[in-house]
Amino acid sequence: MESRFRILFLSTLLAFGLSGCAATKNLFGFGEEETPPPAEIPAGQVIEPEVERREIREPDIDSEDFEIGAFIGVLSIEDFGSNVVYGARIAYHVTEGFFVEGSVGQSEGGLTSFEILSGGAPLLSDSERKLTYYNVNVGYNILPGESFIGEGRAYNSALYISAGLGSTRFAGDDRFTVNFGAGYRFLLTDSIAMHVDFRDHLFDIDLLGEEKTAHNLEGSLGVTVFF
Amino acid sequence: MLERNITTTRSTSRSINALIVTVLAVILTQTPTSAIAQAAEEYRSVSVADPYLEMHTGPGRGYPVFHVVDRGEDIDIVMRRTDWFKIRAGNGTEGWVDRAQMERTLQPAGTPIEFAEASQTDFTDAPWEVGGLAGDFGGANVVSIYGAYSINPNVSIEVWGSQILGNFSNGWMGSVNLTHETWPDWRISPFFTLGTGIIHTEPKPTIVQGEDRTDQIAHAGAGFRVYATRRFILRAEFKSYVVFTSRDDNEEVEEWKVGFAFFF
Repeated sequence: MESRFRILFLSTLLAFGLSGCAATKNLFGFGEEETPPPAEIPAGQVIEPEVERREIREPDIDSEDFEIGAFIGVLSIEDFGSNVVYGARIAYHVTEGFFVEGSVGQSEGGLTSFEILSGGAPLLSDSERKLTYYNVNVGYNILPGESFIGEGRAYNSALYISAGLGSTRFAGDDRFTVNFGAGYRFLLTDSIAMHVDFRDHLFDIDLLGEEKTAHNLEGSLGVTVFF
Repeated sequence: MLERNITTTRSTSRSINALIVTVLAVILTQTPTSAIAQAAEEYRSVSVADPYLEMHTGPGRGYPVFHVVDRGEDIDIVMRRTDWFKIRAGNGTEGWVDRAQMERTLQPAGTPIEFAEASQTDFTDAPWEVGGLAGDFGGANVVSIYGAYSINPNVSIEVWGSQILGNFSNGWMGSVNLTHETWPDWRISPFFTLGTGIIHTEPKPTIVQGEDRTDQIAHAGAGFRVYATRRFILRAEFKSYVVFTSRDDNEEVEEWKVGFAFFF
């Protein structure tokens, strides 16, 4: 184990040492300097126009690939009942199909049936009942299209699927969480969207004796703004 | 033991609460101002050089063409989303045009306009990279995010933050490392990495008795960056860590991770 680490360490050093020299040549300005090509004056042009023209550079165009917003809904925590969940999400649209998103959310677990029936001591303290999660997902717009309201209005919309990983803090512990789901994005304008989203959060929990994978279903309604 | 547990729970949920409030505040303050800014904005104008320019009803290849603009007419560029441009024609009609057609329009000076499409060249040359990876850290699950800055095509500096979720303990890890790509222009580009940082471990009170620890770490590793499409990169790596504990022996941990990243 130790020798393997040593080999890896040394070979990495070697790789930096050997090819790093060539790579850093331009870093400190020792490389060959490129001379800009001389400005060409088109044949036949006698007077150089002095009109200042505005060249369009790419940053001049407002690019709206990010989406940020908030959501509110219901989260059913396995064994602990359903409760209000709310949170925030941010997404970056990489192509017209793919996007990556991150979200944070918060909810609270209720009483288990066991706690209600036995009437005994509660399984968790109030603060342990609080559930918070974060996740990072990759999504794809599987069914982009338009939705029509009446005869004269058309709104862009998309049905999307997404899945990813994250962590959930519940019952006094951080739990590795996998989530997947599908949603419907309805664009009120080209910059404001409404979301309906259904998602399953899976994590392992051993609170009630044996370890099991808990399915926690979430349905939410959200509003996002593109920027 | 229980008391400490409660306080950590509270502080985490409080910080997430604060995050949510901040995000909401940003949205609430942003919406009206951006709307005002947009109204006052002066759009860039280009003229159509192709026989005609097709306007789609939405920013995607499936949306139908509902309007065309003839050659020579001027159009305003309102905004861009991925590879689609929202334009306004002379008669006020708004629609979406794809990048390939927008590149065949002319600027006021008569020169064609160029919109850079992210390509494999940018995969090699782009200075910034952000990504998320997940995998196995010595038997525990690990979720990581990182940001990288390329000093040149071969060498980049990376900053990592990881959360470790195990059966016996949880923790987090922060590290800084140098990455060297020997053949940065390859589509599947191998790299070597060296770095250092700190790891914080909290044993689970219900299972093992132990103290929270914060130790220094050093790591070496290797992996691949694979150019997928547009700005997307797939990344897989192996890292070998040495944890400099306060006990007699140093700990060694092996980590495997896969994930995605994008560059800009």
